[in-house]
Amino acid sequence: MFDAYEANGFFDEMFDESGAVRPHYRTLLNRFSSYPAEDFEARRASCDQHFLRQGVTFNVYHDDRGTERIFPFDPVPRVIPSDEWEHLEAGLTQRIIALNLFLHDIYHEQHILRDGIIPRFYIEEAKHYRPEFRGMNVPKDIYIHICGSDLIRGADGTYFVLEDNGRCPSGASYLLENRNALKRAFPGLFESLGVRPVDSYPRELLNMLHYVSPHREGEPVCVLLTPGCYNSAYFEHCYLAREMGIEIVEGRDLVVMDDFVYMRTTKGLVRVDVIYRRIDDDFLDPTVFRKDSVLGVPGIMRAYQAGNVALANAVGTGVADDKVIYYFVPKIIEYYLGQDPILPNVPTYLASEDSDRKYILEHLPELVVKAANESGGYGMLMGPSATQEEIAKFKDKIIEDPRNFIAQPVVALSRSPTYCDGLMEGRHIDLRPYIIYGDDVKIVPGGLTRVALRKGSLVVNSSQGGGSKDTWVLK
Amino acid sequence: MLSRVANSLYWMVRYIERADNLSRLIEVNGQLLLDHERLDSERLRAFWKPIILATGDDELFSELYSDASSGEVIRFLTDDRKNPNSIVSSIAHARENARMVRDQLSEELWEELNSLYLFINSRDGEILLSADPTRYYETIRRATFTFHGIAAASIARSEAWEFMDLGRHLERADKTTRFLDITSFLPEVEDGNGAATFHWTAILRSCGALGAFRAEHRGQPAAKGVVELLMFSNRFPRSVRYCVDRIDRNLHSISGTARGTYANEAERVSGRMLAELSYGSASDVLDSGLHEYLDEAQSRFNQIGEGLFSAYVFPDITDKRPPIPAASVSAAVAWQMSQQQQ
Repeated sequence: MFDAYEANGFFDEMFDESGAVRPHYRTLLNRFSSYPAEDFEARRASCDQHFLRQGVTFNVYHDDRGTERIFPFDPVPRVIPSDEWEHLEAGLTQRIIALNLFLHDIYHEQHILRDGIIPRFYIEEAKHYRPEFRGMNVPKDIYIHICGSDLIRGADGTYFVLEDNGRCPSGASYLLENRNALKRAFPGLFESLGVRPVDSYPRELLNMLHYVSPHREGEPVCVLLTPGCYNSAYFEHCYLAREMGIEIVEGRDLVVMDDFVYMRTTKGLVRVDVIYRRIDDDFLDPTVFRKDSVLGVPGIMRAYQAGNVALANAVGTGVADDKVIYYFVPKIIEYYLGQDPILPNVPTYLASEDSDRKYILEHLPELVVKAANESGGYGMLMGPSATQEEIAKFKDKIIEDPRNFIAQPVVALSRSPTYCDGLMEGRHIDLRPYIIYGDDVKIVPGGLTRVALRKGSLVVNSSQGGGSKDTWVLK
Repeated sequence: MLSRVANSLYWMVRYIERADNLSRLIEVNGQLLLDHERLDSERLRAFWKPIILATGDDELFSELYSDASSGEVIRFLTDDRKNPNSIVSSIAHARENARMVRDQLSEELWEELNSLYLFINSRDGEILLSADPTRYYETIRRATFTFHGIAAASIARSEAWEFMDLGRHLERADKTTRFLDITSFLPEVEDGNGAATFHWTAILRSCGALGAFRAEHRGQPAAKGVVELLMFSNRFPRSVRYCVDRIDRNLHSISGTARGTYANEAERVSGRMLAELSYGSASDVLDSGLHEYLDEAQSRFNQIGEGLFSAYVFPDITDKRPPIPAASVSAAVAWQMSQQQQ
């Protein structure tokens, strides 16, 4: 299967420059090579079957038959040796601690602005900044409880942080299900390989939710608040709620009375202490944010501000994953922790800085341009593959609203062997680890490795034809 | 448990039971037709019309179809998505409700229902329906039985179970009365040529009760024996009395009140109904008019459903929010969809 494999000058996860297999992939390669081709194909197909039967799907929007698609799964795992993982763990831990200190500061004294580390207007004009929550204390001073930071590897194998997702990071259920699928389809594969398990994730998540409960007596009542079963991530919401053994609720199941949040049960109202919410700030409370939201709970912000309910993640964390603020994260780490960042950012240009903007506008065809607050691969310009028109359109957008754009050089993402119609071919990948911040920082060993299935494509988002792989961290 | 969850579990099972009953009804009557291939279209209409009337969806049927021949009726009841109570729609509703409460269901239970849904919406399902309808309906019935079996073996006997069990027996009782009611819409026949026997046999088979009938009665099925079995038997699991007893038990388990007393309207109606079924007889029913009696029973089932809703699903109106009007449900769906998950 691997005979015709070519690295094509990219950093390849499995093979080094000379074409020799990297030591931490050797056993895997031997095992995979021992499967006859048709047997391998049958096992791969059984993974897809499993996902479909299990309903591990995402809903395709704008489709009135309610079509569901499985998230494409590639059977070739991505393997991370233990020393590499330790480095990532240290870097991600440093980052989430700094981001939380930064958010606490922004919503209190704003030292970092007074000291001129970040120009004030960047914060005040950030789309997700919520000045009305300044001065409010959140339980345990934690803002980002769950963070999904996307990591990529450049041409020499260096890991970079591409972005931080600190509002509603999604995908942890796929990480868990990918592991289950691979175990089912290739039961012999894991024997004596020393792959670290990932099944602690729901437990750690629940521990964290308990930890931030504002009430001391009894076991806290935690719920997961979902937009509903038509949301693209609904499978994940159910999956995590079930794994944690907590109720999954919709806005209409909750009611606020005397600044406490209750859920409607068949036995009357039950007080809720902690809400793991998978709804954006804007939709949480129609009496405070968007009035037309039918997903939220009227009055929930009053309960939150009164300290009677904890929200994970907190309100207003979006200011930290604004792509313009991303530019400042290395400075944020130095300012609050006095340390050098362990994991570097991708070099970034800010369109609102005159010299940077000049550079961006002159070099659009070789840059990636991103809107400050989009996710899911939307609102991007991939310079090298864009048409003249697209480039011209983005040029106008940048000139019109420079605050809203950043640009980065195209990083040649590392590649991993990926099973494409019976052959192994290199495809670009990234990695999204899930960081939980409770009484301690916990990172499930591994993460979601996303793969751009289209040949040559650098966009790994599922909305843009990406798939995923199991991620192995070795002991 | 959450009120919305209780509601979804209840409807999920009701819809599964509905699909099961409809498959049996269609299959039995399709089989019967094979014995009477010489029926002209006039008599064919007379054959199917009562079935549509008994399901209570005759208005919708007349809107959608001009003719009531076998093909149209079978389509309407089987895979017409415009009919919210067709088999295919029922399974879709059941799955939709299951999706909303997936965290309450065991993996196997969800997989069984989801597989059935995927099958009836697949090319294979369509092919099977046209090539071998008997096997198609059998597949559906087997899947629903498997579903109930998995549920019985994997769901703790907690409140969730009670709501599911309640949904199943309420739907089952309702369908038994509707199948019995088919006779009310049949044209009068002289019983010289065995036509009446033929109808009663068909009804027994639609309720899967022919074996049970033969075990208790000698001779050909006739009105009294059939009503006795399907209304008053305390042993046959599809009889109305048996179902109402289960319903009454479920309701009292949920509320925790003693049987024979009541804490809400649903319990009052079920208790009263159970008493009447315990001490009533087929002769009384036939003397006073079967159709009226069945109509009354169906409206009681509705009262139980409404009583359940006001007791548990919408218990306190602390929420001042107006309910989402149906017209904007799609807007609500759009909101749900637009929530960015990073």
